[in-house]
Amino acid sequence: MTERFERFAGSARYVADEDLMADVNAAIALGRPLLVRGEPGTGKTMLAHAVAESLGMPLLGWYVKSTTTAKEGLYVYDVVQRLNDSRFGGEGVDVSDIRRYIRLGVLGRALTAPERVVLLIDEIDKADLEFPNDLLRELDEMAFHIPELDETVRARHRPVTIITSNAEKELPDAFLRRCVFHYIAFPDRDRLRRIVDVHLPDLDARLLDAAIERFYGLRSVEGLRKKPSTSELLDWLFVLVRAGVTPGDLARRLPHAGILIKQEKDLELLRSRHAGIA
Amino acid sequence: MFDLLLFNLRARGVAVGLSEWLAFLDGLDRGLVGDLDGLYRFGRALLVHHEGHYDAWDVAFRATFEGVELEPELSEQLQRWLEEARDLVGPRPGGEEGIDLDPEALREAFRERLREQAERHDGGSRWIGTGGRSPFGQGGRAAGGIRVGRGGGRSAIAVAGERRWRDYRRDRRLELRDFQVALRALRSLAREGPPELDLDATVRRTADNAGEVELVERPGRRNRVHLVLLLDTGGSMDPHARLVERLFTAASELEGFRSFQAWSFHNAPYGWLYRSYASRERRPIPELLREWTPAHRVLWVGDASMAPYELFHPGGGFWASRWDDGEAGAMSGLDWLRLVRRRCPASAWLNPDPERYWQHPTVRAIAAVYPMFPLTLDGLRSAVRVLRGQPGR
Repeated sequence: MTERFERFAGSARYVADEDLMADVNAAIALGRPLLVRGEPGTGKTMLAHAVAESLGMPLLGWYVKSTTTAKEGLYVYDVVQRLNDSRFGGEGVDVSDIRRYIRLGVLGRALTAPERVVLLIDEIDKADLEFPNDLLRELDEMAFHIPELDETVRARHRPVTIITSNAEKELPDAFLRRCVFHYIAFPDRDRLRRIVDVHLPDLDARLLDAAIERFYGLRSVEGLRKKPSTSELLDWLFVLVRAGVTPGDLARRLPHAGILIKQEKDLELLRSRHAGIA
Repeated sequence: MFDLLLFNLRARGVAVGLSEWLAFLDGLDRGLVGDLDGLYRFGRALLVHHEGHYDAWDVAFRATFEGVELEPELSEQLQRWLEEARDLVGPRPGGEEGIDLDPEALREAFRERLREQAERHDGGSRWIGTGGRSPFGQGGRAAGGIRVGRGGGRSAIAVAGERRWRDYRRDRRLELRDFQVALRALRSLAREGPPELDLDATVRRTADNAGEVELVERPGRRNRVHLVLLLDTGGSMDPHARLVERLFTAASELEGFRSFQAWSFHNAPYGWLYRSYASRERRPIPELLREWTPAHRVLWVGDASMAPYELFHPGGGFWASRWDDGEAGAMSGLDWLRLVRRRCPASAWLNPDPERYWQHPTVRAIAAVYPMFPLTLDGLRSAVRVLRGQPGR
């Protein structure tokens, strides 16, 4: 017996490999969150946009910061506003209605949405180490309780959940067990060419070849702190075209290296080994 | 058959839990998988949670579904020679013995021969090993054949195990960033930081106060951990210098520790720890121990191998002659190690030598004082658990 479920097949602006598409579809079919990990700039966040576009669902993005807590993704009880209203509130402000002071967060809105949505929890590893554990129950049951109202909010439609991580911190095992995991490897030359083609379709093939050669050359330099990523390559190519750089120039020197290499120490390292880096 | 997959995965250190295993079987039941390719992807997505285990998945999957099951001991041996003999690969002048087998026959013969073969083999024309003209093995000169492991064998018509995730293995990868990820787990939070608003207390006090707002503050949370890195330098540690340096850079650039300091010693500490041997700037250990507290987590890095007298005899090391006042001079390197451990109990030792060299008497003696782990990503993770006061593995 084969079930029918919504399927993701890539999108016009996003080059997904077969493995990735299979994992996205497995996550959708099983109703589990998809955890996507990979080097910065391998298109993890873009994936959520492409999935939403391809399935025709709205995208709700929760962009995690170092101070983000799990609870604020569900709802925020604005107790300070309520205190303020009770003390200084004007006519017609009903302080006894606690509901006025409860605001749903992104996760809360994804669960209560009238239609099925794609929920992106971006860069989950930015938050505190315990953050993923605090989300376990909500992601499992797709429900949460608001003690202030003594109400339980239950998802009407299980959101398609995509979680990205840059692997800055280890994620807890209990959390990993609940996810479908996909590691986006850095693209090889062929795929990289296709990715560039999607974004910069009219690029001179000789310039692209030369640039990609230099790019992989840089990535293989031993001791680099931050390897240049796909998005940096795209920025660089864009500038190369605007600046009228020729393939011959690229063979001799590395113009606008600062777009690819962002750390001062890395630039120093390259300058010490190669001529023509400015 | 799937039980065998589970067994093979667990045997290779992939801790598959019950919940994802059931989800996997459930997915199979529901017909989400159509063929072996699909099974490979679906299983990996669900059962493997770290790219460091992708390689183990490849191996386990092949072992289960190809019917190729290497005896665990044999495959380990095989792996070892290939590692050691990687440098022997030379130029390849087209296979003079013109082996002409189709891939399937080749694969079958490979299994067959692996079963027969009982020992290590380099060169020659029949057994699996490195060099040589047999169609099996690594860096060989046969025109077509099965390559075992990575590297060499450019002309092999079939590659036994593409193993493209090998470089991601957790017991191998040792990039700066990997070290930092592991070290970041080292923390112990206490309310000692700069003050922050305590909202709950503020609400309570304001309510008690009949609505007159009263702000309450409390100290913020802050990491209490002081990290001390003690590095064996010079001599037998030279081959590991770059690795140790990467660990040092990772630890020193990581923010969030209450304090970080690093000292060096040679072989074992004898009363002094050195800022650097070049500058000869040094401080006596008893003085440092007065400054360190049990919140100082001490991470030793060294191969722990030396001549026995350098560890066990009072004043045993060459450097010990520099410490000559009274009682302290009567202490051996091992005594100094114990002393530091007593002051800072949450401490561990990382050894860059592979574990098979740990039978040396001085290594065993030090491992009896400090929990010892290999200097790999998994080893560092275990050491961090010890530094946090949890069991190592």
